[in-house]
Amino acid sequence: MPFRLSDERERELEAILSRYPTRMAALIPALHLIQDQEGWISDEVIGWVSQRLDVPPAHIKGVVTFYSLFNQHPVGKHQVWVCRTLPCALRGAGDVLAQCEKILGVHAGETTPNGNVTLRTAECLASCGTAPMMQINKEYHENLTPEKIDRLLTKLMES
Amino acid sequence: MLQRTSYLTKNYGKPEGWTLPVYEATGGYAQAKRVLTSMTKEQVIDEAKKANVRGRGGAGFPMGMKWSFMRPHATKPSYLVLNADEGEPGTHKDRTIMELNPHSVVEGCLIGCYAIGAHVAYIYVRDELHLSKARLSAAIDEAKKKGYVGATPFGADYAIEIYVHTGAGAYICGEETALLNSLEGKRGEPRLKPPFPAQVGAFGCPTTVNNLETIAIVPTVLELGGEAFSKLSALHSFNDGGVRLYGINGHVKNPGVVELACGPTLNELIHEFGGGVLGDRKVMCVIPGGSSTPVLLPHETIDAPDASSPMHAYHGKSVFDVPLGVDTARAMGTMLGTCCVTVLAEGTCPVLAMHNLMQFYRHESCGQCTPCREGGAWLLRTVEKILDGHGTIADVDNLSDIASNMMGNTICAFGEGTAMPALGFIRKFRPVFEAYVRGERTRADARLTVA
Ligand SMILES: Cc1cc2nc3c(=O)[nH]c(=O)nc-3n(C[C@H](O)[C@H](O)[C@H](O)COP(=O)(O)O)c2cc1C
Ligand code: SF4
Ligand code: FES
Repeated sequence: MPFRLSDERERELEAILSRYPTRMAALIPALHLIQDQEGWISDEVIGWVSQRLDVPPAHIKGVVTFYSLFNQHPVGKHQVWVCRTLPCALRGAGDVLAQCEKILGVHAGETTPNGNVTLRTAECLASCGTAPMMQINKEYHENLTPEKIDRLLTKLMES
Repeated sequence: MLQRTSYLTKNYGKPEGWTLPVYEATGGYAQAKRVLTSMTKEQVIDEAKKANVRGRGGAGFPMGMKWSFMRPHATKPSYLVLNADEGEPGTHKDRTIMELNPHSVVEGCLIGCYAIGAHVAYIYVRDELHLSKARLSAAIDEAKKKGYVGATPFGADYAIEIYVHTGAGAYICGEETALLNSLEGKRGEPRLKPPFPAQVGAFGCPTTVNNLETIAIVPTVLELGGEAFSKLSALHSFNDGGVRLYGINGHVKNPGVVELACGPTLNELIHEFGGGVLGDRKVMCVIPGGSSTPVLLPHETIDAPDASSPMHAYHGKSVFDVPLGVDTARAMGTMLGTCCVTVLAEGTCPVLAMHNLMQFYRHESCGQCTPCREGGAWLLRTVEKILDGHGTIADVDNLSDIASNMMGNTICAFGEGTAMPALGFIRKFRPVFEAYVRGERTRADARLTVA
């Protein structure tokens, strides 16, 4: 099926475009909007965005590869990021990651065989005062304990 | 004694504390209204200068002075850009403002735009902070409905629009010129300076980039008056005025964020606010203001024997007992940075800590400059080799050489931000690095946590 942006997201894109003096400035917000719908940024999507924003595909490719939050390949249904940076590491981020790997049965950077969860590490997510922490999809989970992690991930594996 | 204040934080913890009715019930928007309907931009900048607000983003540049660099351009508009990329490891303060007091940001944008001659403000928020973005957007919508943001704020003939813009996961976009490229829809690669943003900023137009907290405190500056605001600080005489947010994290019993008059000491932050060190251990070292600021050890003292030195009053004192400010931190051989302190307890391994940070810098370099791209990778490989027990004394020396050669040889301050903390660890913990070389310490026994 050829790529098409949902009507609601089309309206959102129009609103985004109205905020900037150039069309290129809408590129990163537009890519987020599309990734929310598709899960990742394919070559087809890059072609579509290129037409829509009047920006060369090579420029878009350069942007997609620069920013760590754009997925260049399909990923799992849910995203789990465990913060690994020093302030979190001082409060047990290493154990958090080990527990996640054990429960999900994958290493950081991998997706569970059922396609449900992609596990990754993140650099400091501005929650060092409530460490250790992880982000699941768009939500932060802070002051993690082994029980909390168990509960969160078990739910995620089933949903 | 910690001097707690609550200008930014008074509605933290209140039910719906982030909404417009609560903000207005405590005097919110009165200053924006006064500024837009009765003050000239020169008067506003004058108050900003007297307030001695040092930029809250890390470099501590005086806000009023930065604003005064803005000159109207014959054909181009001007922009205010707020830096809410909050990515410096150990920093967790701006997020609390966006989540719990977003209207102070909106009101600060109204006053800031007016003062620098801008009609549009962009708030650049890192993408991961979804709640922050939602609260900011909701606050802007509320203010628009009231007519505070839009064509005629408070009836004044001075249109102002405020937009939330989002990044996509790149620490380097916190550097102001990388941020501008990112705002324009490009790769977040820092630009050569000059030209500075005040001349050529967003979309080629005059632009002021300020940290989000810098702008959020502006309504308070106007409420108290610049001079009265500045005098709240223990460091008023250092032109480091007012109040700001402090964070504490790592090995303390009560990590978190608190608003204080500028100039608390590290000991006050660790013990009075942080509740002391986990397991009642001693402090091994602190990273005073985000991972790019060199570590401080409790036995270090201030050396200012010259009676004419502004630091002389603190001569011989422990760096943990001196008011922490932009200039006093510099005199300690480190930097104030973001005012969020990371505490490492005795018993943790400084080599492992440095290794963790070098992984961060290796991952986040934008790759434009060879000393930064290659130096960062080389530092990481070398610490890794030492940790794994394959290092030599020459490798330890090499760490210093690599880091020293990065200093001053890069487009942006990320290079120094990598090299300075590396040098701090190597110089202050050299015996530990050597212990790995001699096989007296091994990675298997190294810990970052306090059991
Ligand atoms: C590598 C690097 C990362 C930075 N990250 C941030 C950041 O996340 N937030 C921020 O406000 N300033 C950051 N800065 C500082 C900005 O470049 C700039 O100085 C600041 O936004 C100016 O605002 P202020 O004068 O109000 O402090 C960073 C600087 C560098 C070199
Ligand atoms: S110093 Fe590093 S981060 Fe800054 S421009 Fe050069 S390569 Fe990029
Ligand atoms: S180090 Fe994990 S949130 Fe800052």
